[in-house]
Amino acid sequence: MRVDLQNPEPPTDDPRWRSVRTAMRRHGHQPNALIETLHAVQESFGYLEEEALQYVAAGLRVPPSKVYGVATFYHFFTLKPKGEHTCVVCTGTACYIKGAPEILEAIEQEFGVGPDQTGEDGKLSVLTARCFGSCGLAPAATFDGEVAGKLTPEQAVSRIRRLMDDDS
Amino acid sequence: MSTPSSPIRGPVEAPRQIRTLKIDGFDVSGRAEQTILQVALEHEIDIPRLCHVEGLSAIGACRLCLVEIRATGRLVPACVTRIEEGMEVITDSKRIQKYRRSLLELLFAERNHICAVCVANGNCELQILAEELGMDHVRVPYLNPDVPVDASHKQLAVDHNRCILCTRCVRVCDEVEGAHTWDVEGRGVDARIITDMRQPWGDSGTCTNCGKCVELCPTGALFEKGTCVAELERREFLPYLTAMRRTEQ
Repeated sequence: MRVDLQNPEPPTDDPRWRSVRTAMRRHGHQPNALIETLHAVQESFGYLEEEALQYVAAGLRVPPSKVYGVATFYHFFTLKPKGEHTCVVCTGTACYIKGAPEILEAIEQEFGVGPDQTGEDGKLSVLTARCFGSCGLAPAATFDGEVAGKLTPEQAVSRIRRLMDDDS
Repeated sequence: MSTPSSPIRGPVEAPRQIRTLKIDGFDVSGRAEQTILQVALEHEIDIPRLCHVEGLSAIGACRLCLVEIRATGRLVPACVTRIEEGMEVITDSKRIQKYRRSLLELLFAERNHICAVCVANGNCELQILAEELGMDHVRVPYLNPDVPVDASHKQLAVDHNRCILCTRCVRVCDEVEGAHTWDVEGRGVDARIITDMRQPWGDSGTCTNCGKCVELCPTGALFEKGTCVAELERREFLPYLTAMRRTEQ
């Protein structure tokens, strides 16, 4: 059997691989489409699993170590699945001074999820970012993509509580 | 050297043009496309360096080859700066030595460089430079990171405690061997060299076991198994000798 090196078969028959394949084809399977393709993977799967990295490496003919290096270099890419809800706390200078560490500590005490971690039940991910560019709102955080500013630790905890209660 | 991604800075003019300049007061000349480091080495002027190896692309990562340009007083890395006509380069001064020593101190503080128990003790470019440049103290706190040793490969091993991230292994594996088994994961203080998908070296599908990375490693991060002190075996020779003597008699 002849294996098509330029266009390897996706690891599973999951339909989400199609968009990854399209992204690679759109760039002519050029190695410089690596970041673009990783974006496509993260968009359709939510994170980059090792299988996906292998597939992208083979499809673009980029060494596996380089794919892994790029995927771990950029904070945007994550190799672990994210929780159902995401809270990003800004730890830029202004937010830091205005109390971002206290917010993170309050969240950790309440939900047991530290910075850059995902809870064991997969419900909540707490991330940190260095500056949203909303320093006037310091301390700021986003709750499932919604930006909230001038937060107190209590407000942050209750916002997350509300997100989780909406599910049940 | 003049690939589009080359980090070497400075004007690129018609090749084969000759430039004359002064390095440490000596009048020297070189081709327009050469770097300060290349010209200096051709004229037997040594400049300390850790990441640069002749034959691999220059990346200007270790910053130990910093030299001063007389006219501006700026410090530039000699391995990635092209020569210019009339340039006056100073490769050694109190100021440069101070910076080089600080750089070495930071390298020492970042991982666990304990020479006494290192495979490369006495044969380590980092150690030799520290001696040469008179780095007798480390004035920044040691990070003491908890980093692993990967001895899964059958002949070779990597000890991240000794790695200074010069990326010589990454470049030789890519540019000379063509395997690109090595790369760097993460960033900043979390950066580590990795094989393939950060899997054990022994499980790597791309490694050709060529050993070029080990040959180029400036420290004891990459080494051949069986070369460290703890692995040395004493051979029992006296019983054989006495037995031989007895049979002869």
